[in-house]
Order: sequence, then C-alpha cells, then structure tokens
Amino acid sequence: MISPFNIYMIGVGGQGIGLLSETLLRAADYAGYEVIGVDTHGLAQRGGTVSSHLRLGKEAKSPLIKPGNADLVIALERYEAHRALIEYSKIGSILVYYDAVWQPLNVRLQKDKLLKEESLVRIAMLKKVSLKKVYVEDLSDSRMQNVAILSFLNRNQIIEKITQNDYLKAMYDILPEHIVEKNIKLFESTL
Amino acid sequence: MKDLSVVLSSDKINSEILMGNYVIVRAMLEAGVNVVTSYPGSPTPEIADAISLVKDKYDDFYFEFSVNEKVATEVAFGASVNGYLSCVFFKSVGLNVAADSFVQLSLLELIGGMVIILGDDPGANSSQNEQDNRHYARLSYMPIFEPSNPAELYPMFKEACRKSQEMKMPVIFRLSTHICHAKQRISFDKYTRILKDKVSKFRPENGPYIPITSSVFPMKRKALQKLSQFALYSENSRFNYVVDNNSEYGIITSGLTYLSVEDFLHNQKNKPDILKLGITYPLPEQMICKYLKKHKFIKILEELDDFHEQLIKTIAFNNKISTTILGKQEIEDRIGEYSPDKVESILLNTWPDLFNCSPKYSIEKIENPIPRPAQLCPGCGHRSAFYAIKQALQKDDISVADIGCHTLGFLPPYNLGQALLSMGHSNGTAAGLSIFNDKRKVVSFLGDSTFYHAGIPGIINAVYNNHKHTLIILENGTTAMTGHQEHPATGKNFNNDTQKIPLRNVLEGLGIKSIREIDTYAQSKLIQAVKDAMAEDNFSVVIAKHPCMLKFVRSVRRAKKALPKPVVITAKCNKKYKCISEFACPSYQIDENGQVWVQTDLCIGDGSCKQTCPSDAIESQKIGDNND
Repeated sequence: MISPFNIYMIGVGGQGIGLLSETLLRAADYAGYEVIGVDTHGLAQRGGTVSSHLRLGKEAKSPLIKPGNADLVIALERYEAHRALIEYSKIGSILVYYDAVWQPLNVRLQKDKLLKEESLVRIAMLKKVSLKKVYVEDLSDSRMQNVAILSFLNRNQIIEKITQNDYLKAMYDILPEHIVEKNIKLFESTL
Repeated sequence: MKDLSVVLSSDKINSEILMGNYVIVRAMLEAGVNVVTSYPGSPTPEIADAISLVKDKYDDFYFEFSVNEKVATEVAFGASVNGYLSCVFFKSVGLNVAADSFVQLSLLELIGGMVIILGDDPGANSSQNEQDNRHYARLSYMPIFEPSNPAELYPMFKEACRKSQEMKMPVIFRLSTHICHAKQRISFDKYTRILKDKVSKFRPENGPYIPITSSVFPMKRKALQKLSQFALYSENSRFNYVVDNNSEYGIITSGLTYLSVEDFLHNQKNKPDILKLGITYPLPEQMICKYLKKHKFIKILEELDDFHEQLIKTIAFNNKISTTILGKQEIEDRIGEYSPDKVESILLNTWPDLFNCSPKYSIEKIENPIPRPAQLCPGCGHRSAFYAIKQALQKDDISVADIGCHTLGFLPPYNLGQALLSMGHSNGTAAGLSIFNDKRKVVSFLGDSTFYHAGIPGIINAVYNNHKHTLIILENGTTAMTGHQEHPATGKNFNNDTQKIPLRNVLEGLGIKSIREIDTYAQSKLIQAVKDAMAEDNFSVVIAKHPCMLKFVRSVRRAKKALPKPVVITAKCNKKYKCISEFACPSYQIDENGQVWVQTDLCIGDGSCKQTCPSDAIESQKIGDNND
C-alpha cells in the first residue's frame, strides 16, 4: 500500500463522524499502522461540514491531508461526498459514501440546484475515482450509518491489513455499553 | 468502552491513542499541577473533559470553570503565589479578556509556578479572528513553549512546568487548533505524584506584589533579567534543534508548520536544513547566529505574523551576518493556517529552482461544491426567536450580534445581528449606535453564559447612561457552543451543586423596570413583547428563553426515553415555503418537483415549526418508540 495512506472523512455536524474516525484510527493502530489523525471541531459542529483526517504510515508527519491527496475518501452524505470528491480525492483513488441527503442552506432556500447522483458519477469518471455507494433502509438511528460504512470497508477490504477483528476491537474500545450490541450486530450483518 | 481515566491516571508505563487536549492532562498530573482554571473556548475545552475523568482521584488537584478568562487567570495567580503549581487555559481571544491581569504576571514572584495554556486558532476555525498571541509574550516578558504534536507536547509541558516553578515566573504554553485535536499513540512514563501539603505559603515579603509608581521599575528589571536567563536556557534546550540535511539552504520554523515542512520535504531530493524551535520566545541568539552563518539562504516559515522574522533579522543585523533571509513575501503569507498545501506553495514560490514541483491539481475548477454554513439545530429555541424578532423589527432597524450559537442568526433567512466585536460587546455597541439616532431602533443580542462572562458591564452602562435600546437575551440554560458547560444560573459548577444566580434577579437588582420573559416557542407572544419593548422610551430587556434542544435530545437519548416522532407534511401543503424560506429548520428539504419533505434523521418532533405554516399542513405524530 502507498505510504502514507491518506483517509479523508467528511460529513455534516450531527452525523457522528467522530465515531467513524475514532474507530478507523484505532482499527488501523491495532492492525499495526503508525497513525496520526485530527477531527475538525468548532463552529462546524452546528450542522456545518465536519471532516476528519487520518494518515497511516510512519512517513505521515502532519495530521492534515493536502487537498487532492486523499487515497480514500469516506463521506457520510451526498453533498459532502461531492465536496470531498472535488477537493480531496486523489486521481485514481476510492470514494465510499453513504447516500444520506441533508441539503445545505442554499439548496433549501432554492438558491442552489439539487445535487443528483449523476454529478458524482461524472466527476468520479473525470478523476478516475472508484465510487462506492452504501445505503441501508430503516436504520433506527442515523448515526448507525457510520457502522454501516465500517462494515462495508471491512467486507470489501478497502484498507489493507485491517482485519475484522481490528475493527471489532476498536468498536469495543469506544462504543458505550448500551449501544455496543446493536452496532456490532449491524457491523457483522451482510446488509 | 475503554476507561480513559485509568490510562490518564496510571502511574505505570503505558501507552494510548489520545488527542493533545487529553495528553496535556496526563502531563499536568505528572508535573504536580494542583490548581487549574479556565473559561470554555475552542480549541481547548476537551482539556476539561479529560480533567473530569481524573479529578476525583486526587485530593490535591482542583479545577474550575471561572466566570471569564480574566477571573480564571486571577484564580490561578492567587493559587501560585500561595505556593501551588497552577495552570489556566483558554482560547486565543480569551487572552484579550484576561490581558489586564495577565500582563502583570511576569512582574511578580510566582512562587508555585504558573503555566498559561493558549489555544490559538490560525485559520479562525472557531474564532472571530486569528490573532497571533506570540506578540503578547513580548509585550509581557514571558517565554513561550510551542509543541508540534501531542507526542512532543507531553515532555514539553512537563518541562514548562518545571521551568516555571524553578524560575518562579509565568510561562506560556502555546497550542493551536490542530495540535489540541491531533491524535496519536503516546507512550507515558512511570511517575510518582507526591501529595502536596496544603499549607498556605503566601507572604508579602516573597514579593513585592504591589506594583505601583516607582516600585514597578525593580519588578520590571527582575522580569527582564529572568527573560534573559531564560534565553540562555533556551540555547541548550532539547526542544530547539537542527535537522541537518547538509544543505546551504536553511528553514527556521516551529509548531504545526514544522510538520507541514517535513511532509513537503519527504518527496524532495534537495532537502534544506531545518532549525525547529520549540521555545519560540525568547529566541536562542547564539544558536540562531550559528545557523544563519552556516547557510547561504534562509527562509523563516511561521504561521500568521512576522514575529520571528523581525527578531531574527535584528539578530542578523546586530551580528553583521549577511545571509539572505526571506520571511513573509506577500499579504497571503500572513493569512490562514500553515497546512501542508500552504507550506508547499510558499516553499515552491520561495525557492522554485530547488524543488521538484508536484503536478498541479486542476480539476477543482470544473465545479464548485455547494457551501454548507453551520446552522442552528433542529428545534433550537433561537430559531423561533429569530423568526419572531424578524417580524417585530422594521426593515431599517439595527440589530447587534454577540458571541454564542445565536451569532448564527446573521445567516439567511434571518439576517439578524449585523455587527460583532467580542464576548459581551453588544450593549456597548448598541448604545453607541443609538446616539444621535432617533429614527432607527437598535436591538442587541446576548447569550446567558456571555451575560455573566462580560455582558454585565455593558448593561450597567446602558442603565447608568440612560441608553434606550432593547436587549434581547437568548437564554438556553447552558454554554451551548463550546459543549454545554454549566454557568452561574444553572445551579451547578464543574464540581458541585451551587446557588443559582438567575439573570432576571441580576437585572432587577440593577433597577431595570422593563423586563419581559417569554418562551421562544410562543412566537406570537414574543413578536408582541419585542414590539412593546422597542416602543418604550427607555432601556428594555426581553428574555427570550428556551432550553438548548441539542442538550435536551442528548439527555433523552441517554435516558433511553422516547423522543417525539418527526412531524409530517399533509396534503394541505400548498407550497408557500414559509417553513423553508422563513423559518428554515434544516429538517425541511425540497425535492425536484418543489415539494417539501421532512428529513427524519434531523427532525426531533418538537413542533415549533407548526405555527409558521399558513396552510396548517404540518402535523405532529404520536410519541413513538425510540430505539437508541
């Protein structure tokens, strides 16, 4: 695998991106990678764009990934997938996105157009990005979308060396007791 | 779930993945810190989260959120001159609030030691500016330690404490947003924490502690002598070092910028040498002279202002060193965080012949992503307030914002809050706007935590000087923006239950007669109350209150109770779009046929939107199961 391997995660404040980034960080650590990462906080947590950077490999010094330099983008929402695809995806990289739609202000105010999936496909082709959509009907809590994504990453071995056991250990490290079971169940299901 | 309190407090060798804000708490425990104070502000509030995990394990470790940064600094100062090692932490602009007391610290013998932890915010990720607080160090004769990442933070913070204690002087420990929040695996040392005997050691003769008129001069002299001594120490500190790549080109840098430089040089054949400064003030003059002389070309790479550039060019001039020294070359070099891409473009611009250029990335021009500004949460009481207040105001009236979640009222469609300076400024600014202004009414906004922080003097001034604007206090019962910390009206402090100081009582105590108090969900009552208050010929107050709904939702989920089901839009909807274009709850979305739909991931079923629909098309559903 390329080293450092740059994973850029993006979503909307409230989607629980912290769970995703912390699980991946710990899973990668369990898999033996040297890791450095950072979550963006601040004002953005009130419904704005939130992102997390995670870099695997001892060559990674700064926790921040350069725009256009992500080997893997994980997006929790369609408009954010579009943003990261344009700004962060490296040519020839992978983008995994959960197809939730939380329209930004100007779309709701009808000042900007709706974003269709075709736009993602078109830009992905231009950048030779392999686009992978995840979606689960009827999740009891939208924050479980993070676990659906983790499950997808695991089943398709999107990140080399990280095993199912690494993901599980990471989830047990960070999930509060009362929600562990149902999240693990979702993680282990084939969706 | 892993118990981080064990990791943080274990006195054995161990290791864990932690963010900088947690690592610093472990370092505090090892260094023997006794008293820590703060006022919440990004990027530092997680330091308090980590403290809350361990504070009960130690009998000699005290923390409080003080009422503002100035008071927090004073509490930490008091503890230090009483013999306890103390720390105060706050965000970048918090130092402006603290400054009046802060600038005095170096004049005084801090017998217990005191470290001021600054969370600077290059890039203005969550602040109203990106001020470079290194200038304060020079202004107030204090040294600065500045790590690049959590791994360096850990030993460096312990050293900062040790030096502060040894020299009885204040020391600044400067962090920035992406060092506070960076996460990596840290190996912790074995240590022994010796319980501090609780004996008050304050003695006036340890001072003097009264700087007044000519007594200031010996105190200032001593402060300057300590700073000179510190500069000598800095010459040999392990935190200032050279990365030798055997080049005639040399970079001088520090903090997160250093990591950006390392990232850039990773793929470069010609690597300049790097002088990495961990003590960023006062500078090690001999070390710098030697470094300058050894190189033909020097680039000073520093985030924000040309602080080091000015100092280093002075050193070069005084020592007759003729090396070419480049610093800031254009205005943009002073703006924003020195992230890897920014540093790459600056270095390519500085020495274009030295480096291979990475292929330029051009696809971004094809399409612009749609911006997503921060929003008030679904059910937020401020939304109902702004929706109502907008209807009470005339088009030409002036509204003054303040700091808090409610600052977001400036966004469309509310556009309320048209000027902003700082925490608690709104009543001073509103008073100024109302002078020689008979035609346009002025309203000011203020949050409840900010009321206690710095809001009260502006209110007293309005009463005292007969100003006639209307203050609207947006009371949500918490310090929401920074993570729901308690404040003086909540009945709790960080450690205990405490007596409430209700803000209405404070206002009444000031003699304010015109006070109206309305729950913001009662939108038509609020419209009337604001209209009535603004019609009065005196200073008037409207307390527009509703509990923070984000806090409420979290508490319901934690208690595994049921939230109301999301609202539904019935066939009565005839696309007037008030819910979208005027109330603008993010739960309301629109499809390609212009039909409004409810994003059920977002809607909390509060129903505050129902009264905005002219067609009565929004309906609540019965309480359903909550599966969390």
